Amino acid sequence: MQSAEKSEALERQIEQWRNFLRRRQAIHPVDVAELEDHLREQVAALVDGGLDEEEAFLVAVKRMGSLDALSREFAREHSDRLWKQLVVLPSEPGDARPGIRTDAIAAFALAVAAALLVKLPALFGFGLDEHAGFYARNASLFVLPLVAGYFAWKRPLDSTAIQRLAMAFIAAAVIVNVYPFAPEGNTLVLAALHLPVALWLLVGVAYAAGRWGEAEGRMDFVRFSGELFIYYVLIALGGGVFTAFMLMLFEAIGIDAEPFLESWLLPCGAAGAVLVAAWLVEAKQSVVENMAPVLTRLFTPLFALLLLAFLATLAFSGRGLNVERELLIAFDLLLVVVLGLLLYSISARDPARPPGLFDIAQVVLVASALLVDAVALWAIAARITEMGLTPNRVAALGLNLLLLVNLAWSAVLYVRFLRQRNTFHALLRWQTNYLPIFALWAAIVVVAFPPLFGFI
Amino acid sequence: MDINKDLIAASSTPIVLAILAEEDSYGYAILKRVRELSDGRMEWTDGMLYPVLHRLERLEFVESRWEAREGERRRKYYRITRQGRAQLAEERRQWQAVDATLRGIWRMLGDDAAPGAPLPQST
Repeated sequence: MQSAEKSEALERQIEQWRNFLRRRQAIHPVDVAELEDHLREQVAALVDGGLDEEEAFLVAVKRMGSLDALSREFAREHSDRLWKQLVVLPSEPGDARPGIRTDAIAAFALAVAAALLVKLPALFGFGLDEHAGFYARNASLFVLPLVAGYFAWKRPLDSTAIQRLAMAFIAAAVIVNVYPFAPEGNTLVLAALHLPVALWLLVGVAYAAGRWGEAEGRMDFVRFSGELFIYYVLIALGGGVFTAFMLMLFEAIGIDAEPFLESWLLPCGAAGAVLVAAWLVEAKQSVVENMAPVLTRLFTPLFALLLLAFLATLAFSGRGLNVERELLIAFDLLLVVVLGLLLYSISARDPARPPGLFDIAQVVLVASALLVDAVALWAIAARITEMGLTPNRVAALGLNLLLLVNLAWSAVLYVRFLRQRNTFHALLRWQTNYLPIFALWAAIVVVAFPPLFGFI
Repeated sequence: MDINKDLIAASSTPIVLAILAEEDSYGYAILKRVRELSDGRMEWTDGMLYPVLHRLERLEFVESRWEAREGERRRKYYRITRQGRAQLAEERRQWQAVDATLRGIWRMLGDDAAPGAPLPQST
């Protein structure tokens, strides 16, 4: 029960305490309200017990525990909030994190290592021009082990985890290099495209360290992947401007810089930039608003409208789909984009918030994408037997089915969330549990497809 | 008697779920009930209860709502779910196994406390 007259001094103190709490990013306003309710009741009980208000306030605040410890606990439970506040308070005052500087040095050293690794085969006579297939299937192996290594050092991982990761990378390297692929064959291209996806899971295991088993740990990795992609694109844009100037300046004195660009700057830069981007994402999380969720907010309604317009036109004009060779791949890409939009809006959503307008847009997007894909599958199913089952078609069809299952169940969970039949966490868990399945499928395409289809 | 942090953390789930199984409740009242039930032996840092409640909510063992009851402030009430009750039963089974093991061990060490009798308060 509240006493009728509230002392103004007490209100001021509570106000001050509330403001302290609000500065902690891990504690949201709604939690502050919950804690404040607790504080007020505690104060009231202590006052009933005979303390004066000021003493009661001090005792109540002390019982609440230290704010650092409290916000650390909140951050641990709500790691989506923690993610934006990279500089987690060190758990003990004496426990110094490796500074941003050491991180930077390690990241740039690894970036240089990646650049050198890319050029290493050339020393042994594997030139980029004459051995394009070798580079295509090994491209991710030049870079991703180093990214995983960076996190293994930074987290740090224990030695059994490091050994397992190393064995997985070595196994991948052996498989893609001993398979007798036909030069420029379908299975070679498929393996080159799917290997990075499978290896990306290993990076995720290193990134999440011990938290890979938790949905939140995997979600953090999803967030990291999205930001990494955006930073990489930004670096690539900067690199484009840089090379344009380089070519122009040297052309002005009659020297063609293009051979240097093609054989050194481009491959080394592309490899090194992944490491630099990975470091930037880690270092800048708290500085920049996460971009991936912002982009999803922008494009989810647009894509939903586009798909609805397409479906309406399809229905009213009575046109059929042109079943061409690339149709299935185009629709795979569409589903990947829709899944990306879904995944990144999930990653940024506060699971505790009630359903809103944006959630409806999300459901419309997923439902219309499923419809569009169903139309495409229907059109292709009729022709697939007469076109024959090439490795490309099986891979595209498999991916399509994986995405279809993922999105269909997501739609069910999302609708149930809108009708308040299950919590948002169910959707979050479904998506994060599904991640390894994509990697597994990619691994199957890399490992099983070439022998199945005779390395064509 | 100070109970160490790990034990407090490990026992927080069954204790909170059991209290909510009695009736819907909110943070302050839950802490008060913990103090009563343990005769003041379990001292939780008040604030730490909330991350625990949020974790249980994420795991769908409890659900919450903001509610204003007669003559009281609006506050966040927690209610145990079906999964929460199942989890409580599971926790109970596990703690009973731990408890039975420890009782056996105390007996073996020559403690004269009969099974079921209260354990000595301090050594």
